[in-house]
Amino acid sequence: MSDPERSADGRSAGSGPAGSESASVRPLVEIAGLHKSFDRLEVLRGIELVVRPHEVVCLIGSSGSGKSTLLRCINLIEPIDAGRILIDGEEISAPNVDVDRIRRKIGIVFQAFNLFPHMSVVDNVSLAPRKVLRTPKAKAELEATELLERFGLADKRDEYPDRLSGGQQQRVAIVRALAMKPELMLLDEITSALDPELVAEVLAVVRELAAGGMTMIIATHEMGFARDIADRVCFLDAGRILETGTPERIFSDPTELRTRQFLDRVIAAGRL
Amino acid sequence: MAGLASGPGDSGMLLGVAGQGSPDRRPDRGSGALRSTLIAFISTVVFFIVVGTLIVNAEGWPSVQRSFLDGRVFADSVPLIVTAFWVNVRLFVVAEVLILGFGLLIAVLRSLPGPVLFPVRLLTTVYVDVFRALPGILVIYVIGFGIPGLGFTGTGNEFIYAVLALTLIYSAYVSEVYRAGIDSVHPSQDAAARSLGLSRLQSLRHVVLPQAVRRVVPPLLNDFIGLQKDTVLVSYIGVVEIFRQSQIRQYGTFNFTPYVVTALVFLVFTIPLARLTDVLVARDRKRSAAAAR
Repeated sequence: MSDPERSADGRSAGSGPAGSESASVRPLVEIAGLHKSFDRLEVLRGIELVVRPHEVVCLIGSSGSGKSTLLRCINLIEPIDAGRILIDGEEISAPNVDVDRIRRKIGIVFQAFNLFPHMSVVDNVSLAPRKVLRTPKAKAELEATELLERFGLADKRDEYPDRLSGGQQQRVAIVRALAMKPELMLLDEITSALDPELVAEVLAVVRELAAGGMTMIIATHEMGFARDIADRVCFLDAGRILETGTPERIFSDPTELRTRQFLDRVIAAGRL
Repeated sequence: MAGLASGPGDSGMLLGVAGQGSPDRRPDRGSGALRSTLIAFISTVVFFIVVGTLIVNAEGWPSVQRSFLDGRVFADSVPLIVTAFWVNVRLFVVAEVLILGFGLLIAVLRSLPGPVLFPVRLLTTVYVDVFRALPGILVIYVIGFGIPGLGFTGTGNEFIYAVLALTLIYSAYVSEVYRAGIDSVHPSQDAAARSLGLSRLQSLRHVVLPQAVRRVVPPLLNDFIGLQKDTVLVSYIGVVEIFRQSQIRQYGTFNFTPYVVTALVFLVFTIPLARLTDVLVARDRKRSAAAAR
């Protein structure tokens, strides 16, 4: 069981286009043979993925291809059926692993923001540092305020989420995840629920994170954005990573027919 | 007889007024508010005149008036009955605090996941089922007469048994209200909290429960209106509260007027709570409509 997995690991790491100098760096994320079903519906069917520190990986593919489920599995929101997930060399998919401790290292931002509606912005951001990291209230709020300032949200500090625009809410959700100082950020179609004119401000935040060296796995339908920001693009189809490569190669010269069909549809829809 | 004969004709007219009033109101909302108010006022006045006339002209009215609306008995009963009502208020307040806590505990225990906790879920489910199925008066009897019957010395008095019985009965209902509230908080809220590293209990405590409790305040108040009234049931195990006191007065005066006093006390006390509930429900609806926009 473990042998083919290891060889699968090695292959995907070796074939990664940015992987020429990767041998010396330990991957931050290693996923091997990941399977996940909901009842009889098999959503993930053998995902192999390696992400090195500071790498930005974009997951593209049609709805239902498994992008969101993959991200939710990495964050252990969804229990997996088979395979292994390693973060920083530690197998987080092992039984008896402290789920809460793993999740502290991984920030996730959802399509629907999922801010806590009964708390002000600063409380949303400082809740987890206070309760999980036991940061004193004053210090946690100060740090939250600094983060909000950094992302242009200082004046929204004491507002409640329902008083903010979608773009502002999503930026707060990103800040809330950053407040836990995660090593890895998972972004799950974070602009899909936004009005078109609000998308740019959110993507700007993600660009800033990438520039700061944050390791990210981004599920997105924004192909232009993926092309700009990704070190590597993975095309998901029917629960597998069908093709992976630099954005230049994937978007201009995909090898797989399915990838080409998907991109043609995206172009036809005017989204690339 | 004349009054009875005129009855059907009058109530027919009354129905006619009401029938016109309600379809008119919908298209007119906003613009014809004054006219609607006027129609409502007239129909109300007519209704009460008709009903009042019917009752006062009934054959048995003079004897009913003597038995239920005796001015002297009324005046004499008020101080005693209002004093006795304080027992109900104390019962109500103590039981309510306990119910809020115990009901929440039951609701939380019932919603805990995992096979290990199956016995906990089973016990709480049985508790809720049993106490919702039993008529309250039976529970009050069993506790009020059963526990003293066990013969422990110094284990309390009727007041404590009454509080215990009311708490057990109402916590079953209230825990279901809480549980509906917990279920109404979208799972994505818990997922967001857990993904930040909060434990299951921390997520419940800081994210799920605050939202759940806020949503169930109106139905909780509704249950407490019921509790307020059910405090009279404990008169059967010997607590001298408002209903028992009015019974005592009735036996003393051979007159039912004390019950009318009791009814009025409850109206004065309960109606404001009912209105408050309505206001909260309306505000809640407005808020969720605003959030949906």
